[in-house]
Amino acid sequence: MAKRLCAELLLAATLAGCATTGGNPADPLEPFNRAMFGFNDAVDGAVIKPVAKGYRAVVPGIIRTGVSNFFSNLEDVWISVNNVLQGKFQEGFEDFGRFFINSTLGVAGIFDFASDMGFQKHNEDFGQTLGRWGVGSGAYLVLPILGPSTVRDGFGFLLDTKADLVFYIDGVPVHNSLYATHKISDRTNLLDASSVVEEAALDKYSFVRDYWLQRRRNLVYDSNPPREPEEPDDEPTKK
Amino acid sequence: MNILYPSLLALLIPVAQAQEIAPDVLVKSISQEVIAVLKQDKDIQAGNPKKVEELIETKVLPHFNFTRMTRIAMGRNWRVATPEQQKELTGEFRTLLVRTYSTALSNYRDQQIDYKPLRAKPEDVEVTVRSEVKQSGSSQPVAIDYEMEKTPDGWKVYDVKVGGVSLVTTYRDTFSSEVKERGVDGLIKSLAAKNRQGERERAKSGKT
Repeated sequence: MAKRLCAELLLAATLAGCATTGGNPADPLEPFNRAMFGFNDAVDGAVIKPVAKGYRAVVPGIIRTGVSNFFSNLEDVWISVNNVLQGKFQEGFEDFGRFFINSTLGVAGIFDFASDMGFQKHNEDFGQTLGRWGVGSGAYLVLPILGPSTVRDGFGFLLDTKADLVFYIDGVPVHNSLYATHKISDRTNLLDASSVVEEAALDKYSFVRDYWLQRRRNLVYDSNPPREPEEPDDEPTKK
Repeated sequence: MNILYPSLLALLIPVAQAQEIAPDVLVKSISQEVIAVLKQDKDIQAGNPKKVEELIETKVLPHFNFTRMTRIAMGRNWRVATPEQQKELTGEFRTLLVRTYSTALSNYRDQQIDYKPLRAKPEDVEVTVRSEVKQSGSSQPVAIDYEMEKTPDGWKVYDVKVGGVSLVTTYRDTFSSEVKERGVDGLIKSLAAKNRQGERERAKSGKT
């Protein structure tokens, strides 16, 4: 149901894009996004963050790492596929090697031996593959609960969830609780970062948006994005 | 005979270069020094933000070029600002960044920091020092890069990139829309208000 809701919101947001305009050209849906951001922030403050804090306080680091590794391992298969789709065969091969090593030696992915053996973890998803194929990111889009995204990455995400191995684990209660655990595990890893954002941002909404858009761009190009036509920044020494 | 060699070598190296600390060595030694203090200091562990700020003020800040950071964050609006406004902006932005940084450091637990080998030519005047921070409980390390420039008094950081994204340029849109709506003075006021609010919260809770 959550997925259908997502799809509908995506559609609504895309249509609304024609009607609204905001300050930032990458964010024509700003009024909608701001509202959704506020909603997410409230849910985060009321539920997700407190649970993540509790999780961090109660569960020892070594177990949290195991949980985080477990989900990270399941993702490696889809990361591998995306690397291959982007023509990065060596990386795709490494990801598959990671999955193989960690699923066996690493006991269902709880231990990340592959990293110690020099198989680097990559960050890929279908949104990035689309980006690599030349699909522009489209409007910035804040999704309910899931948070910052774009029209392109939102569509990518729909496929990502289908490719998530957790999706194929039998039993709705089981995979729902796995989704929840995954979310909490990810949120726990971001606790420190989010307190820094609180401190740093003049306007939290636009700070998160601008960071997110740059970060995604960076990921699409694997940390080597082509130079953007930058605003002149009055720097006599450089550029 | 053996003693002669080093002294002869020393003569060949120009004095300035001999004194200068390489940028990657500088970043690494400062981080290690700061982390050592964080680990020892009981006040900091008890959540005393003033202590962290002091630490940053004395150990870290001298190695940052805040004027350049502010200039980059302001983009083309830098030229619109008067020299006084530029000074005020730099001061407020500095306070904001210091508080942000000290929040990040107060969160420091048992992260492991790896430094990547520096890829730079000896004649380079701008380099990137790359590091990776691995936190316990997380499977993915975070890349933190320091953009540094060579100045007469040593290497200075002018930008910090987290996950490849510049923290300084992340402020650009906020700054420019603020300037568009309320002028340079409006931006200075917002920054000052944000800083005062941070101060109050800090005083109230003692810890974030």
